[in-house]
Amino acid sequence: MPEMTYREALRSTLVEEMDRDPRVLLLGEDIGVYQGTFRITEGLLERYGPRRVIDTPISELGFIGAAIGMAMLGLRPVVEVMTWNFSLPAADQILQNAAKVRYFSGGQVSVPLVIRGPNGAGVQLSAQHSQSLESFYGHFPGLRVVAPATPADARGLLRTALRAEDPVIFLEHAALYGMRGPVPEADYTVPFGQAAVVRPGRDVTVVAYSRMLHLALAAADELAQEGVECEVVDLRCLRPLDMDTVAESVRRTHRAVVVQEQWPLFGAAAEVATGIYERCFDDLDAPVERVTGEDVPAPYARNLEKLAFPDESRIAQAVRRVLQ
Amino acid sequence: MQHAQPVTVPAETLLEWYRTLVFCRRFEEQTERSFRRGKIGGYLHVAIGQEAVPLGFLSAARADDVFFVSYRDHVHTLVRGTDPGAVMAELYGKLGGTCKGKGGSMHLFDVSRGNYGGYGIVGGHIPLAVGAAYALRYQGTDRVCLCFFGDGAMNSGALHEAANLAGLWGREGLCPVVFVVENNQYGMGTSVERASAVAELARRFDAYDIPNERCDGMDVVVVYEVARRVVDQVRRTGRPYAVETITYRFSGHGAADLFQPYRTKEEVERWRQRDPILLLERRLRQEGLLDDARVREVEAWAEQRVQEAVAFAEASPEPPPEELYRDVYGG
Repeated sequence: MPEMTYREALRSTLVEEMDRDPRVLLLGEDIGVYQGTFRITEGLLERYGPRRVIDTPISELGFIGAAIGMAMLGLRPVVEVMTWNFSLPAADQILQNAAKVRYFSGGQVSVPLVIRGPNGAGVQLSAQHSQSLESFYGHFPGLRVVAPATPADARGLLRTALRAEDPVIFLEHAALYGMRGPVPEADYTVPFGQAAVVRPGRDVTVVAYSRMLHLALAAADELAQEGVECEVVDLRCLRPLDMDTVAESVRRTHRAVVVQEQWPLFGAAAEVATGIYERCFDDLDAPVERVTGEDVPAPYARNLEKLAFPDESRIAQAVRRVLQ
Repeated sequence: MQHAQPVTVPAETLLEWYRTLVFCRRFEEQTERSFRRGKIGGYLHVAIGQEAVPLGFLSAARADDVFFVSYRDHVHTLVRGTDPGAVMAELYGKLGGTCKGKGGSMHLFDVSRGNYGGYGIVGGHIPLAVGAAYALRYQGTDRVCLCFFGDGAMNSGALHEAANLAGLWGREGLCPVVFVVENNQYGMGTSVERASAVAELARRFDAYDIPNERCDGMDVVVVYEVARRVVDQVRRTGRPYAVETITYRFSGHGAADLFQPYRTKEEVERWRQRDPILLLERRLRQEGLLDDARVREVEAWAEQRVQEAVAFAEASPEPPPEELYRDVYGG
């Protein structure tokens, strides 16, 4: 299997799908001439021309709304948001139009739209540029919400998203773009709503997604030296949420830690923990632990930022607590 | 302001428009009665007084053109030819409605007729229409998109971001959208003068290099003449165009707007002298195309058609519980 970066996995999948399907077109700020803030769209303007690779003004409400209209008329637009924080001016379009128009039209229209870009914190971007919006978007029926953690899943989930009939919130992570990994070639897809057991273990289930998956795996390595075997589950997709895979694992390990980068209240970890209690309360030998970001706006200073978000040692400590 | 031009519309079409206007008026009046009887729930925004704008514009559009509307969407849907029974059934929350009873008054859709829906957030549908227009050109067609919205939407960010994109994409001939401002003088209870720093709304499109004009929105013939010229130009050029139609709603903003403290009875009465039905009736009588007997005939026909729509809505079943979970995802 060839190796490539998360960035290359995204870019090559866009290219393959644009070659295959003329309905796919790209919109976003500085995706064309500038070639993309994170260079996911490098060379694509030259390859496909300005009708298919549209440099937009800084006008998220406008161009995300327009992309929804394009999708309703049968195109398959892919919007790049420079970061997911910039999707908030367009939240009305995404939540009130894209997520619901199929329903309130009685099934007369589809919105095959992908909105993709980096989500989350960790690179000293301070309060307005470090948010994780998965539970915000995950709250709304009608949307699909995915958060790949590896180059292979970035490829497989993006291809699924590009061929889907629904609006997809595609959450990448800036800290992962340069990450290398094996990536299956050709028509590789990962279906929505399928979590993956990425490291088997008998003692405790650690549930994570996106960048947090790699911290969970590092914590699992550390704990293995103490003789603790973590089973690490990558959710990959927040909506639909694959609680079956999580519950199956917890029934084997009887203990669970759920990790998220975002704030604790009403977060994805609360949802997963509740799902564990609902499905396997009697299998649990300890209360479910959550490891989350601190309940503060993201600070700029490096030392404060490190305190504000989960790291390997906090995950390892949570694992030790559920094992006590 | 555009005034009446020589009529180029055939007599039969004028009579057809008269019948349509009377029917739409009786239909809207019936929805108000049904709302008071509890047959229609939620919000109900009728377009009594504004009917000439959708009728004029949609008569100038081609059958394969598409349109987006605000929540005041009943008349647009009716004049486009959607079965009135299905419209009434939608308002009644019935399975036989245009959207199986899942959208209601604010979300009438009939995609088979290019009706991409009514939307409940002021200004929120305007960006969709701009994207739809882009798609029509991207797909290599000469179809156009019409986008209807009220004066209230002119102050929303959505309008301005969408208009800027339309201006940009229009330079390449890639945005055949007609912005139709239905200026009915009030955004709910706030007058245009109290809401817009520039009260001549059409001029605000100058900022985006979008050609624009104002026209009388009460005389359907005037609306049609303007609409035909504008729609043809937009189809030919792929560039956006904005028309501010000056109209008036005789009913309240919504069914709950009973006392209307923001305007006087005298003002409403003044506008009633320019009721679109009255204007067309006068023209038809002058030309000898209409007399008292014919008016009574049209009224009876309209009333019967409305009652047939009500009967259909009453008889239509409620959406079954399974419908609750349908149409959330496409797969």
